[in-house]
Amino acid sequence: MSFDIVLWLVQDGIVNGAIYALLALALLLVFAVTRAIFVPQGEFISYAALSLALLQAGKLPGTVYVLVGGGAIAALLDIAVALRDKAPGRLPRILAVYVLLPLAMAGIAWWAAPRKLDMWIQVLIVFGLVVPLGPILYRVAYRPLAGASVLVLFIISMAAHYVLTGLGLVFFGGEGLRSQAFSGAHFKIGVLNISAQSVLVVLATVLIMASLWLFFEHSIYGKALRATAINRVGARLVGIPAELSGSLALTLAAFIGAVSGVLIAPITTIYYDTGFLIGLKGFVGAILGGMGSYPLAAIGAVGVGLLESFSSFWASAFKESIVFTIIIPVLVWRSLTTRHVEDEEE
Amino acid sequence: MSTMLEVSDLRVYYGKVEGLHRASLKVGEGSIVTVIGPNGAGKTTLLGAIMGLLPCSGSVRYAGADLAGTSVEARVSMGLCLVPERRELFGELSVEDNLRLGAFQRIRRGERGLDADMEAVYARFPRLKERHTQLAATLSGGERQMLALGRALMAKPRLLMLDEPSLGLAPRIVREIFHIIADLRKTGVAILLVEQNARAALQVADYGYVLEPGEVALEGRSAELAENPRVAESYLGFAGKS
Repeated sequence: MSFDIVLWLVQDGIVNGAIYALLALALLLVFAVTRAIFVPQGEFISYAALSLALLQAGKLPGTVYVLVGGGAIAALLDIAVALRDKAPGRLPRILAVYVLLPLAMAGIAWWAAPRKLDMWIQVLIVFGLVVPLGPILYRVAYRPLAGASVLVLFIISMAAHYVLTGLGLVFFGGEGLRSQAFSGAHFKIGVLNISAQSVLVVLATVLIMASLWLFFEHSIYGKALRATAINRVGARLVGIPAELSGSLALTLAAFIGAVSGVLIAPITTIYYDTGFLIGLKGFVGAILGGMGSYPLAAIGAVGVGLLESFSSFWASAFKESIVFTIIIPVLVWRSLTTRHVEDEEE
Repeated sequence: MSTMLEVSDLRVYYGKVEGLHRASLKVGEGSIVTVIGPNGAGKTTLLGAIMGLLPCSGSVRYAGADLAGTSVEARVSMGLCLVPERRELFGELSVEDNLRLGAFQRIRRGERGLDADMEAVYARFPRLKERHTQLAATLSGGERQMLALGRALMAKPRLLMLDEPSLGLAPRIVREIFHIIADLRKTGVAILLVEQNARAALQVADYGYVLEPGEVALEGRSAELAENPRVAESYLGFAGKS
């Protein structure tokens, strides 16, 4: 194996690792705030990537139906609660968030699809379609059982994952799609031929990490999310509603998923269920980092990307197995070195 | 003096075990009321139920409204605040962030004047000002209690509930904490104080209740309770003055 190949594999590994790092951060955030292992993270990737490819092809992405339908269910749940509490004052907000916003986004997508607008506008439309799925998913799937044990929350996650994958198959079909690259440019650095797309992936990752850092360090809502993750009881006592934190965490997760999907869409062919595998690799990264520290999770995820790229060179048939197998020694090592913490009770 | 908090026939069950049996008490506006009693009498349970952290039966009326079905967050925004026994601080956030989050509901409502309130808290607890950039987890026991109090004050409470504020603190710090509690009276906030340190609690309070496993055994003005031979023997650590 020559040095050129090593460099090339490293570059490939870093580009994929950057995306896994974003997903690892999202998983860690959702886990810290809601205690749910967020399996459906990968669906946001598929939905975003496929929506972008379909918009480019001039078709209306099926995401709009999931968005409008999910929003309607969320609205019905909230309206039922509002009526039970005899609080009709909440209705306008419920309708605005869960009905009008999804309808507006669907309308924009329907209007824009045949016009094949500029790529950046299409990306914004994709964000508009995918990001609201986060709070809707929280309202429909997680909030009714928010106080449940980690195991129950995990089962909810699995259910949400299967439902969203199934809907993906219904609305996107079984074929894989790939979107156009953001730019066809290439840079030559020594022996390396780096595509502008790869540079964009890494830049976007760094930019998002920096903005997440700013959000968590300098905004009251970011601090409220951290407070909820640090001390659930303390957070309730200062009046941070658990629903707000959960909803916000899933909104951020959906945003990160949408960005990852848009970034990866021109690199790989995405099927309705591809996101799950990509999300799992982010999860492996988060596990490597100990499921507690954001920088370690990001480093772990880049490690996963590198491992994947090298194993695809040496043993491409086993590359997925190799990536997922390293979880086992890491878990054994962690279980031997970490003190067991009982499942937290409220 | 009108009633700020009125608890009647409050019962709390942990599964089938009764944690509290028909407890009733009143806190007048701007007054300091203490609940004393032995370990396991249900004092913490009582505060948890008033705050809405525990499901209960019976009625809790606060500022004239029945609190049944009101969420913890809504109670906070109505001015009901609990400083729990375990403090429940945000250990990995700075002292200043802990205080700012204390005012979370007020920030959400778009209230102004938070910086002035922060200064007022710092004036009351100069130690917190010195350590405002430090992480809460690095504070000493007394400083943690001050931070927990300061965080609750940032919510501008009308009724402050303190659960064992002197627990685990050195005697000098305990005196300081009780001095601060007495001083808070001037701000007009009503205080419901749960304490094992009955002597200090009865000194600072206007009125007291003695909670014995699950129910209110005695009540009266603090001075009278302190004179009561049963209270003196069980909770003040000496056998009457006779």
